[in-house]
Amino acid sequence: MAVVLEQVSRVVGRESHLAQVSLELAPGSLTVLLGPTLAGKTSLLRVLAGLDRPTMGRLLVDGRDVTGVPVQRRSVAMVYQQFINYPNLTVFENIASPLRAQRVAGPELERRVREAAALLKLEPMLARLPQELSGGQQQRTAIARAIVKGADLLLLDEPLANLDYKLREELRTELPRLFAESGATLVYATTEPTEALLLGGSCATLTEGRVTQFGPTVEVYRRPNSVETAQIFSDPPINLVPVDKVGAALLLPDGGRVPLADGVAGLRDGPYRLGVRPNHLALVRPNQCAVAIIGTVAVAELTGSESFIHLDYGPARWVVHAAGIHKPTLDEPVAVWLDPARLYLFAPDGALAGAGAAIGLGAA
Amino acid sequence: MARGMPIRAGTVGLVIYLILLMLPIYWMLNMSLRTNADILSTFSLVPTSLTLDNYLKIFTDPSWYSGYINSILYVSMNMVISVAVALPAAYAFSRYRFLGDKHLFFWLLTNRMAPAAVFALPFFQLYSSVGLIDTHIAVALAHCLFNVPLAVWILEGFMSGVPRELDEMAAIDGHGFPKFFFFMFLPLIRTGIGVTAFFCFMFSWVELLMARTLTTTEAKPIAAVMTRTVSATGLDWGLLAAAGILTIVPGALVIYFVRNYIAKGFALGRV
Repeated sequence: MAVVLEQVSRVVGRESHLAQVSLELAPGSLTVLLGPTLAGKTSLLRVLAGLDRPTMGRLLVDGRDVTGVPVQRRSVAMVYQQFINYPNLTVFENIASPLRAQRVAGPELERRVREAAALLKLEPMLARLPQELSGGQQQRTAIARAIVKGADLLLLDEPLANLDYKLREELRTELPRLFAESGATLVYATTEPTEALLLGGSCATLTEGRVTQFGPTVEVYRRPNSVETAQIFSDPPINLVPVDKVGAALLLPDGGRVPLADGVAGLRDGPYRLGVRPNHLALVRPNQCAVAIIGTVAVAELTGSESFIHLDYGPARWVVHAAGIHKPTLDEPVAVWLDPARLYLFAPDGALAGAGAAIGLGAA
Repeated sequence: MARGMPIRAGTVGLVIYLILLMLPIYWMLNMSLRTNADILSTFSLVPTSLTLDNYLKIFTDPSWYSGYINSILYVSMNMVISVAVALPAAYAFSRYRFLGDKHLFFWLLTNRMAPAAVFALPFFQLYSSVGLIDTHIAVALAHCLFNVPLAVWILEGFMSGVPRELDEMAAIDGHGFPKFFFFMFLPLIRTGIGVTAFFCFMFSWVELLMARTLTTTEAKPIAAVMTRTVSATGLDWGLLAAAGILTIVPGALVIYFVRNYIAKGFALGRV
């Protein structure tokens, strides 16, 4: 079903949880709500579910205003971040709960519960109580209950956040397949940019209750319309530094010069903010055009196959995400290479002004 | 004694403590099994001439056993009313935010701080004017004065232990509120309901002042009957002791059955 949010605001006490959110969710689409904690993702999901009433604005489902319709009468299912199950009911009864409310009974109920359980590999656990299951299985139970209902709108509020790494990876690969089969309109809230990219679909980035950008997930990632969106949709955070554009070059605060080519060179001269994704910086010089940035190594995080080098560059803290193991000496200067083809330029008001040639947009 | 088992000072202290604790109860049991003449004539730790006459009199004389029936009646009524009234109130305190909710919640507790004697006279006057004096419901309602706040307080603790998301989950699943509340939510806090009922029972069972003020003959509680054993011939010690033992028994039985739940209630910090 098509869901339309029209200028939805929600104010609790003196705090604004949602500010003028307008979204259009196409039937059967997947929308990822991406934003840091307290960005308003849960508030938005609760309004979509009908658990909370918006202070202002309307919620339309298939063109009909459902703003005041009680939850019980809506075709909606939800999975919470915490594993919410009925603790005194078996896994079978937990999954059967929405069907019992729809007065489905007998073999039909049995069949549909077993079908959902099979989909989530819960068949051997049907007779158990939720507290006898692992965290992953508890969340699977909650997801099975959401799926079995056959709701038109399926809301997932950071469903994988409380799971350990291994389970998260496993469920993350299964979820898109499970949901594609249900045919429901999906809204998935997450704090992790990687998760958003893996899920695909559309993406709405949120901060402080506002939607900063809404569009196809890959598009939003490649072409953030503002500093805010770039910051939300970058992990580790995007590196920023104030620069001055003079002719076909950027003047860095430490006196360095970044030559500009193509479209960006044609932008109006003046102050900008330069943004570079951590994975676009390199520890070895990638090409002739690359410019060296000299910073002081603050922290080096090494995982098995990649390195995150944090360096102090002027007043800012930059992060370089490089493949392979690099072990620079702490508190020593290090050169990282900035490729002019892979940078973002943001106007002083935060809007995207232009991007390097490799990002593929030229001037915005 | 087994070798290598030294008697620790702690054990000795515990035994002494238990003896001191049990002595009055033992003494009452001892007296209840003796005749008045025997009690008053010789000092003896164990009853020399056992008799069940005192108990027989209580179980055969209507003026005695009706006291127990009256007590049980109004205590049961009070338990049912208190829990039934407190359940919705506790749910509201646990789930909703409204103007002054925290103050109101604390105010409930302060109700327990006023001595019952303060309310005895107003209750007597009020009940006299509406013709409720000497009925079981009169005592049951009067006891709600201190039992309802207590019940709300205890139940709120247990209800807040159930995540609010569960209520929403049930609504999203499509269950109506009455169905959720009675068939899904209450079973989850049945321990709390048990603990609450027990405390209502206990406070109502031992309360004497209200019960005696508001009754004359028809609904006279056992505690009141016991205070009227003084006659011209003196105190009937044996009978009084037997009645005392029988008053302890229901409480002891109830405690035995809910002992594990009470521990849970203590763990939740609300009892």
